[in-house]
Amino acid sequence: MNKVENNKAWWLVLPVVLLVAFSAVVPLMTVVNYSVQDIFDVNTAYFVGAEWYREILQDPRLQDSLMRQFIFSFFVLLIEIPLGIAVALMMPTKGRGASLCLILLAIPLLIPLNVVGTIWQVFGRTDIGLFGWALTSIGVDYNYASNPIDAWFTVLLMDVWHWTSLVALLCYSGLRAIPDAYYQAASIDRASGWAIFRYIQLPKLQSVLVIGVLLRFMDSFMIYTEPFVLTGGGPGNSTTFLSQTLTQMAIGQFDVGPAAAFSLIYFLIVLLVSWLFFTTISHLDKAK
Amino acid sequence: MSLSLQNVSRIVDGEYFIDDANIILEPGSFNVLLGRTLAGKTSLMRLMAGLDKPTEGRVLMNGVDVTGVPVQKRNISMVYQQFINYPNWTVFENIASPLRLEKVSELEIKRRVNETAEMLHIEQFLQRRPLELSGGQQQRTAMARALVKDASLILFDEPLVNLDYKLREELRQEIRELLKARNSIAVYATTEPNEALALGGITTLLHEGKVIQSGPSADVYRYPVNVDAAGLFSEPPINLIRGFVSESEVTFDDSVHFPLNHDLRGFKPGDYVCGVRPSHIGLVPQADDDLEIAVRVEVAEISGSETFMHVKNDHFNLVLQLSGVHEYHTDTPIKVYLPTHKLFMFGLDGKMLQAPGRLHRGI
Amino acid sequence: MAEIHLKTLAHSYSAQPNSPADYAIREMDHVWDQGGAYALLGPSGCGKSTLLNIISGLLSPSEGDVLFDGQRVNDLTPAERNIAQVFQFPVIYDSMTVFDNLAFPLRNMKMQESKVQKKVLEIAEILELQDLLQNKAKNLTADEKQKVSMGRGLVRDDVSAILFDEPLTVIDPHLKWKLRRKLKQIHEQFNITMVYVTHDQLEAATFADKIALMYGGQIVQFGTPRELFEKPNHTFVGYFIGSPGMNFIEVSRSDGGVEFDGLTAPLDADLLDFLAQIPSNNLKIGIRPEFVHVSVESITGSYECDVTHIEDLGTYKILTLELAGNVLKARLDEDQQVPNNKAYVSFPKQWLKLYVDEYLVEGDSK
Repeated sequence: MNKVENNKAWWLVLPVVLLVAFSAVVPLMTVVNYSVQDIFDVNTAYFVGAEWYREILQDPRLQDSLMRQFIFSFFVLLIEIPLGIAVALMMPTKGRGASLCLILLAIPLLIPLNVVGTIWQVFGRTDIGLFGWALTSIGVDYNYASNPIDAWFTVLLMDVWHWTSLVALLCYSGLRAIPDAYYQAASIDRASGWAIFRYIQLPKLQSVLVIGVLLRFMDSFMIYTEPFVLTGGGPGNSTTFLSQTLTQMAIGQFDVGPAAAFSLIYFLIVLLVSWLFFTTISHLDKAK
Repeated sequence: MSLSLQNVSRIVDGEYFIDDANIILEPGSFNVLLGRTLAGKTSLMRLMAGLDKPTEGRVLMNGVDVTGVPVQKRNISMVYQQFINYPNWTVFENIASPLRLEKVSELEIKRRVNETAEMLHIEQFLQRRPLELSGGQQQRTAMARALVKDASLILFDEPLVNLDYKLREELRQEIRELLKARNSIAVYATTEPNEALALGGITTLLHEGKVIQSGPSADVYRYPVNVDAAGLFSEPPINLIRGFVSESEVTFDDSVHFPLNHDLRGFKPGDYVCGVRPSHIGLVPQADDDLEIAVRVEVAEISGSETFMHVKNDHFNLVLQLSGVHEYHTDTPIKVYLPTHKLFMFGLDGKMLQAPGRLHRGI
Repeated sequence: MAEIHLKTLAHSYSAQPNSPADYAIREMDHVWDQGGAYALLGPSGCGKSTLLNIISGLLSPSEGDVLFDGQRVNDLTPAERNIAQVFQFPVIYDSMTVFDNLAFPLRNMKMQESKVQKKVLEIAEILELQDLLQNKAKNLTADEKQKVSMGRGLVRDDVSAILFDEPLTVIDPHLKWKLRRKLKQIHEQFNITMVYVTHDQLEAATFADKIALMYGGQIVQFGTPRELFEKPNHTFVGYFIGSPGMNFIEVSRSDGGVEFDGLTAPLDADLLDFLAQIPSNNLKIGIRPEFVHVSVESITGSYECDVTHIEDLGTYKILTLELAGNVLKARLDEDQQVPNNKAYVSFPKQWLKLYVDEYLVEGDSK
């Protein structure tokens, strides 16, 4: 916008600019630098160009991890978005019940990530965990430490437990923004409950859902702590997602070059999705 | 303090929100900005205030170029459509807020707040919160806050549109009286022609971002400069008919005709657009040379003191504004009478060539 | 089509109402004839929207009954009462086309698609929406959207009444005309009972056959626009109807009439007799600005006053005058002579109204 100029504003922004430069831009540039070099030790480093990128993109370990990550995020969205909407629809709109529900929904979101992992680690154990014990007592053969399917199931369940509230809260606020007149008009038009959902609520939730989908996609795509604490990435590689693979490569194997390249690839994927999101939102806004 | 805009334009995303506006506002004047919604009234006021910077052109205050000066430095007040007050402060605090920013003494603040509150009849609410008050009282609080500052430019952006009809009438009068004694420039935006006439002062017509006419309200009403101006400043809308002028007579839309009279002598033969005010068409002939037209009644809207009749035939759709109550059913055939001495003549390009009372002197 | 009867109806939002002030609607008994066009007119907070919601079924009255054609409908929803309602802002289904919006109520009733087609096209033509039928509803302008909202009420054959809650609020002034005209045409064509809530007296008068003027939860007067204009039975009606409202002067009794500040206004004999029987001292005379007779020279029975302000409103002028400490307004036609400093006003007897305790007193009516 053609706002009136005010040069003083630049001075106020300077400290933040310096801080961001120091803590983000410079390290980023360093990573880019590392990603094109082969580093043996502090003094011995060779320029290798795009070698690491080529190697990584062809590394079956990375490709497997990437595939696992996409599948994970896909299931997360598939379950959490409809579930969040359903929960929001069922919540009371005002009074004490509403406040109580909001508090209950907020609780999972307040728990630190590694504590979440630990809770579910215990919860899923067949000896001392309530969930594990309940399953085995009704005859289900369940062991998340040794069975990959069970491990996946548990990790997904943990994520749903942890983050569905976010989608539910977003949808709840979106629903509250719908004026009563719409419901009144629908009842006058003799619309069924399903028609009300499909023609009034869902369209009005559109912008809120885009935010919800993006947040859940980004967060689930970068997930690290919870699955790491719960399964350690196991059994074997079955629950080793992208961020864990990266850490293993960079820290575990102390191979900074490929790790740097990997992080940049990771960064670019997330950047691509954000850009898609941004254009979708602007497109939606313009169409209005 | 005088304000002038020179060749001011505001372009957003390639679209001209304001197109080459030239306006001069005199000190102590009351200016009405009249136009449809989205005509650019709010954009123009924001440019006057300094909330937005013009893409082209200059803004001058007292002859000094203030185009880049931010609004905080310009001593401006603004009243909005939605009653905007600080919800957590009392009415007293709300009105005092601009004075507090200027670091006026506590004693002086008290005096001026009480004085302004009395002017706006809200002195008994000074200790209440705005949301506890009715719509009219909240808007009065917003106005008090705008007036206590003694700004050189006070802007009103359709301030009464969310209020009751009767309340609007009362507040309109109060606003006029409150501003009479001051030297500030007042600018009031509205979409209703009747409000512009009731407020008086200078009216500026805005149409699609362009200033099409500016002058004393009654003058702009009587002598619109083109068809758009005539359409904007008339409610009900002015009747427009295609007319053909020949050597001896005028023909309306290939149907009725009347002999060329003295007023229209100055016109070369050709096609024109003729305008008649709804209040000038009658059900009985007022003068001997009134033009009689046979029509059917479409609908008669009665408003107590007046009746608005919509009539039509195969050639015309006309609106009449009659005083008193006239009840008619749809499709009743009647005759209406057009005064041939009270016609507006517009060229095909829309420009006004002649208005009743201002004769055209031949091209 | 239904006759709506409000029987000993009252409504309070509090559980234990103690005084009249606790009631949003004070006890009333009122009949709306079938097929009429009615307006509920009044200032903000008078209870008109509450009353509308009670009629439609969106609100259940705390006391009394709502009867449709004699049947008690208090517990029925708007859908069950076959009410259609148009709200202040257009309510449309964003994701559907205009056609689907109009067809929605019919499809919900499982009507045959061929019949739906026919009905939708018929209504679309009346509302002049036939060219927009395939457009997405959310891309329409505000007035087109309101027409769609209205259309949904009109497509149904079984609708008992259509209720409008300040429907022209979001419409541009120069388009309000068209919609008002459209509403009137629809009413003449379909003959459905229509109730229209507004705070704008012009809208009410141009739309309705009869206006119910509300104030403080009560219907203060119910009559044609002409009746409310020429014979307001309460000073509030005189004040609210007409732009500007009625002029009121406080008076006291005197021989042959009433007096104010040494000036007398004569009254008819039967009015004087009536006045003699009432002890009250709250007396006012009222006359509308349209009926105040203004002349530049003194004539018999006229009062001299000062002209304080002249407003030029194009087709007429409003004169503000000062008469013995009272502010009066008078309306002059465009061509009438405008007095300069002094003017002489007189009050024609047939338009001069007497109000005792704020209520109209008439000689031959009780």
